[in-house]
Amino acid sequence: MPEQQLSPQNSSPNERLLAGGLGLGLILLSLRQSGPAGMAVAAGGALLLSGAAMGRGVGDAVVGIQRTPQDEIAVEKAMTIGVSPQELYTFWRNFENLPRFMNHLESVKVQEGGQRSHWVAKAPLGSEVAWDAEITEDVAGKRIAWKSLDGTPVPNEGRVEFREAPLGRGTEVQVVLTYRPPGGTLGAAVARMLGEEPGVQIAEDLRRLKRLLEVGHQPTTEGQASGRKNAFTKAEAKMYDNRRTS
Amino acid sequence: MKAVVWQGINRMVVEQVPDPQILQPTDAIVRVTATAICGSDLHLMDGYVPSMVHGDIVGHEFMGEVVEVGSEVRKFKVGDRVIVPFPISCGKCWYCQKGLTSLCDNSNPNAQIAEAMWGHSPAGIYGYSHITGGYAGGQAQFARTVFADANLYKVPEGLSDEQVLFLTDILPTGYMAAEHCDIQGGDTVAVFGCGPVGLFAIKSAFLLGAGRVIGIDRFPERLEMARRMGAETIDYGEEEVFERLKEMTGGNGPDSVIDAVGLESHGTGIGGLADAVKQTTRVLESDRPHAFRSAIMACRKGGTVSVPGVYGGLADKIPLGAFMNKGLTMKTGQTHVHRYLDILTDHIVRGDIDPTMIITHRLGLDDAPHAYKIFKHKHEGCIKCVLDPWADPKDHAPVR
Repeated sequence: MPEQQLSPQNSSPNERLLAGGLGLGLILLSLRQSGPAGMAVAAGGALLLSGAAMGRGVGDAVVGIQRTPQDEIAVEKAMTIGVSPQELYTFWRNFENLPRFMNHLESVKVQEGGQRSHWVAKAPLGSEVAWDAEITEDVAGKRIAWKSLDGTPVPNEGRVEFREAPLGRGTEVQVVLTYRPPGGTLGAAVARMLGEEPGVQIAEDLRRLKRLLEVGHQPTTEGQASGRKNAFTKAEAKMYDNRRTS
Repeated sequence: MKAVVWQGINRMVVEQVPDPQILQPTDAIVRVTATAICGSDLHLMDGYVPSMVHGDIVGHEFMGEVVEVGSEVRKFKVGDRVIVPFPISCGKCWYCQKGLTSLCDNSNPNAQIAEAMWGHSPAGIYGYSHITGGYAGGQAQFARTVFADANLYKVPEGLSDEQVLFLTDILPTGYMAAEHCDIQGGDTVAVFGCGPVGLFAIKSAFLLGAGRVIGIDRFPERLEMARRMGAETIDYGEEEVFERLKEMTGGNGPDSVIDAVGLESHGTGIGGLADAVKQTTRVLESDRPHAFRSAIMACRKGGTVSVPGVYGGLADKIPLGAFMNKGLTMKTGQTHVHRYLDILTDHIVRGDIDPTMIITHRLGLDDAPHAYKIFKHKHEGCIKCVLDPWADPKDHAPVR
């Protein structure tokens, strides 16, 4: 399979229009202000405008959004897991195992014939999104590729590769996928900030898979004793601990 | 139960908290019979390790008796006397299997935070902030320990708590620091900082074949103890360390230098002042690297700088030019405690090392706030405090 093509730009056309308009507005506004405040507003406007011109949004750069030339969001994550490629492939190929480590997945049902499956995932703000997918390539112990069928709200396509890792480290598993979020790149950036974006989810999913297969469970501190008494400190600790996307 | 709880900068207090419970099948609950305060606990107390939360139970040097085991614990049973190494090893990942247990891939539930800060995540650590997992610590009457089969270590018959307690951290830490020096017969090793880790590094350097060890500190009781371990000493309050080290080694400098000080090093001069000021912001500079800078400058050409001292984030003005042009090697790391336990237990049994000699204070857990204070400020000649979680606060008196 060819390497994933990436666009040098990380902003969608709509996003560039929005940022450009805002930048221009700030520059015009700065003309009516003198002193350091005016300079700051002008600088902010110039930053937005140049970002729009180059298609490199500052926000997208910060949250790490990448796009394909076809204006889809591209995600690529890899993890080394201490089991053989065949073992890892077999576990993954049974799609109904996926919700065991992909926290945002509600369920995956493999349909008759084994090539098609129905996926239900949790979406931002407590909603759900469902789609049907089809296997497009299946090489035992090496690769599984899939593509969502027409009519899905979030068209997506991807593959997972299993390669033997050097030095007896097990398997290098790599997930490569592209998707078209409903709100374009801007939607993806917002989703990422809410911790719901696939790039963030997949990195954590792979870590959960590693822990599931290497030690059999996810380490946790949930429910341990502490000297926290009020809701504020409990929330603060929760912010650090076991941050999950579900 | 009673536990020492972090309540903000400079506020370590003893509180009643809920008893720990088995949360996962590989957990074991330990009734803590002895625990200690480590120098790195001071970094938590002083607020230089980020991601501490009000109410965190601290403590990562502790031991005791197993009182409950999860359904998947095979090697330990109720009644076993164990020590609990501070880094948590899953026993299954590639790092754990290579003996690099402080780099365990699987034991830190908050690995993504550590990755954001350090690039990769080390192992989870008990009672040591949420970057390293947010696990409740062992300065308490009971503690939940995880991955029990891979982590707990059974105490051999006939050894007292005090003889084995420091196997949880500072003894292997001093030993690994000396091992990192790759000592060739008769080498000279300089150790910056004669606190507990520095003292064990001195002892270990001799065990590993050093001809001379030079301990550097400014507190008379620590320098005295370093001399009792066989070291020559330099009081950095009295003498210019760099010049003195050169003089003592025929102009060469020591073959290897151990920085057993870490991120709250007491610097001197304008550089030390700048570090101290910047560190108070906790943003401009998180670590004061004075000892580390000195170690690089002092080490002989082609030598090794070993860093067991804890650093957390970013430090300024590291003499990288000296480091490169002198062809130095640096070795660092949280201690892979598990790999040293058999070796060091043997040394204790044979009497090569007497870990109890560094203990200056034995207090009840209720006295933890006082213990932190005297340990931090080196009052009352304090070098190392051991706390008894079950001492009756009424009838104990501090013992020297």
